Amino acid sequence: MTAAVAAPLPQSRWLKDRQPTGAALLAFALALPAVVPLLVIAGSLFTLDTEVWAHLSRYVLPEVVLNTVRLLAGVVLLTAVIGTSLAWLTAVCDFPGRRFFDWALLLPLAIPGYVLAFVAVGFLDYSGPLQSAMRETGVASAWLPAIRSANGWGVIVVLSLALYPYVYLLARSAFLSQGRRVLEAAQTLGLSARAAAWRVALPMARPWIAAGVSLVAMETLADFGTVSVFNYNTFTKAIYSAWFGMFSISAALELAAFLMLFVLAALWLERRSRSRVRYGGGRSGAYAERRIELRGKSRWLAFSAASLVFLLAFLLPFLQLVVWAVKHAGTDLDVRYVGFALRSLALAGSAACVIVAASVVLAYVTRVQAGPWTTLFSRLGTLGYAVPGTVLAVGIFVPMAWFNNLLQGWLVSVFGDAAPGVYLQGSLVTVLIAYMARFLAVGFGPVDSSLQRITRNIDEAAISLGVTGVAMLKRVHLPLLRTGIATGAVLVFVDVMKEMPITLITRPFGWDTLAVRVFEMTTEGEWERAALPAVVIVLAGLFPIVLLTRRGAHVA
Amino acid sequence: MGRMSLKRKNMFASVRVATLAAAVFLLPGCAPSSGELVVYSARVEALIKPILDRYTAETGTQVRFVTDDAGPLIERLNAEGANTPADILLTVDAGELWFAAERGLLQRVDSPVLAASIPESLRDPGNRWFGFSLRARTIAYSSERVDPAMLGSYADLADPKWRGRLCLRTSKQIYNQSLVAMLIAEFGEPRTEEIVRGWVANLATDVFSSDVKLLEAIAAGQCDVGLVNTYYYGRILREQPEFPVKLFWADQSGSGVHVNVSGAGVTAHARHAAEARRFLEWLAGAEAQGLFARVNLEFPVSPAVELDPIVAAWGPFKQNPISVAKAGELQADAVRLMDRAGYR
Repeated sequence: MTAAVAAPLPQSRWLKDRQPTGAALLAFALALPAVVPLLVIAGSLFTLDTEVWAHLSRYVLPEVVLNTVRLLAGVVLLTAVIGTSLAWLTAVCDFPGRRFFDWALLLPLAIPGYVLAFVAVGFLDYSGPLQSAMRETGVASAWLPAIRSANGWGVIVVLSLALYPYVYLLARSAFLSQGRRVLEAAQTLGLSARAAAWRVALPMARPWIAAGVSLVAMETLADFGTVSVFNYNTFTKAIYSAWFGMFSISAALELAAFLMLFVLAALWLERRSRSRVRYGGGRSGAYAERRIELRGKSRWLAFSAASLVFLLAFLLPFLQLVVWAVKHAGTDLDVRYVGFALRSLALAGSAACVIVAASVVLAYVTRVQAGPWTTLFSRLGTLGYAVPGTVLAVGIFVPMAWFNNLLQGWLVSVFGDAAPGVYLQGSLVTVLIAYMARFLAVGFGPVDSSLQRITRNIDEAAISLGVTGVAMLKRVHLPLLRTGIATGAVLVFVDVMKEMPITLITRPFGWDTLAVRVFEMTTEGEWERAALPAVVIVLAGLFPIVLLTRRGAHVA
Repeated sequence: MGRMSLKRKNMFASVRVATLAAAVFLLPGCAPSSGELVVYSARVEALIKPILDRYTAETGTQVRFVTDDAGPLIERLNAEGANTPADILLTVDAGELWFAAERGLLQRVDSPVLAASIPESLRDPGNRWFGFSLRARTIAYSSERVDPAMLGSYADLADPKWRGRLCLRTSKQIYNQSLVAMLIAEFGEPRTEEIVRGWVANLATDVFSSDVKLLEAIAAGQCDVGLVNTYYYGRILREQPEFPVKLFWADQSGSGVHVNVSGAGVTAHARHAAEARRFLEWLAGAEAQGLFARVNLEFPVSPAVELDPIVAAWGPFKQNPISVAKAGELQADAVRLMDRAGYR
């Protein structure tokens, strides 16, 4: 049982291994899929498209920078508050419906942000069913705040409702694994229950909450689908406008490069602010069974808060989707949907395996061989999550096609006319590499946080017993990492199910998935018809989420 | 010995598994064989597959296709270079075809058949791409609150009499970028900027992300007039014949309705160039034209082809004769102009 302990890192070691080691090379290899597009993006900074920049900086950037900052601040704040407080309630307290909300509050994870957005706008806009019904019954609807209003409240709320589960899930595992005994210990030392929560439990959960909030922040910065439904112009929209509107790829990449610099700086600051703190954790199962029983008004307050979030983020949008889906199922639903669903599941499943395995190795390598190189590569490798999808997709596709052409040239030079045709960039390998570039952060966050909670004492005990290297990972760490691994796998799985731009550009011929189906409908403005594939995405995503929480429930 | 062979067996088993896995992951990536046609399509599956299926049924040529937005598809073509599997690039906007041609990704196809059946303003002056269906962007108005006699040209929508009554889709959408590019081609930048500023001043509400939502807003009474592609209106009409919105052919006493095309070109490194050319010529024929336009309630480029009854009911209209190639040439200028005018 360890509380957060301030312990300075051994600075001498930091300086000592400046040389790249085998571990660093391994970290580099794992980060490579993300590093290559990042290099393409960074390379653009050397060829500024000055004419386009003059225009952007005068007419476009002031608006999009302000909008992006507002969106980011709003979403980060809302998701941190919603996610952490709900996690606290379900993991530590007891209130009516707690068992249900424990897993139900994760379900919004299965609804893609862009889907939640078109449901919200479709339902709440002036021409939507709510306001139309109000007008028909003679109730004025003009006083309602416009969901698409330019100050962005609508998109902030929608994106927060779509993304808070990242924080909830990670904070929940923190609270569950640190155990309630920490609180009891704090209380025997004279702290009130509330003070114990604020001063002990919350700081101890910080790596998890920070990991969750970083995922939310990166996803927000990279988002294109959700903001597009609201016509809310963010940095991503400026990138797309420079690229597809003004045909200036270089300006688009430069904008992306600045976005990356911003993300790097933010991540560095967050890391730095807790770099002098080490975290340890209680062994799971080592805590008392007694929950904090909420009484009186607070019982029902907790119940109402959890219900409200569940209704808005999942139940109501899901019901609306089902209504739309049923309306169009007669004409649209056919046997091809079996194929769409199977391909989505195959891609999501294999991506989850590959990415989580890579995350474990990367997190482990950065732990046992902590040094500037491994740290750098693990940072860079997880940066892909903040790159707008299409930019990253093209950043992967272009080098892949280049390599393929090189390979083809070599084959032709060796075998002449008999050379087989190769098409690497349109194969599943490329799809998986691209997913890895994008979603390594999603697998790495939970795995790394759980790894940080395994104290160094355990490592030292293992080493003293002669268990080192891979054996230590296998016999000591993996069993302790189970929750982190399961969490990472589910997050990656669900994210890949929802992913659009990378799947679109890298998928092999005929590999249409559910998300591709949604794209086909929304791109033609047919939101209601997009509900059918969206419902299938949600249902397919529910399964692993429920499985994960059932597992967690056993532990609790 | 038993131990040894077991180990060996295990090794073989794992080699087999590895080979199988490699095959599964790499096979779909093998280059397409000859005797088929490969299409990169920015036109969604529902609007292209019926046409491709018909072609296969008639000619026996297998057609494979992949859909995406035009931007990524063009980058994809460019990156694949000489090894691209694609024979045809198909888009929903002339500007995108213009951009692909500018980057040398499309080849010249000098076909008397195409020249004869597709009007000159609806194809590339350099014969690198051709329009196969016509998309008209015109004025939609509330049949309950607007007297069509008040309507006129695109420029007239900038008139203060429409203050608080106009709905527009976002300027990030390519159809609006093409429309404004065509206005620049006709009036020059200063006059076009005045028009766009007038539109922005007349907006009833924030811009929309789709033409469908815009039409619904007119029906619901949020605004009275807007600019839409006609087939979005046609789709609604197919489901709700009583929809309280009507179309007005813009600028009929001036230069005419602004039109765009959904079109295609043969890629510069097409492996099946002759087959690709045959396909384009087939697309320009009467049967394919009817199908191409009907599947999405668009207009055929070939004037001889019969219209869908829903589309025919809107009556004939005068088209603006400016070449749709201008939409690409002036697109970047149009985007900048709209940014300057505060058109979000």
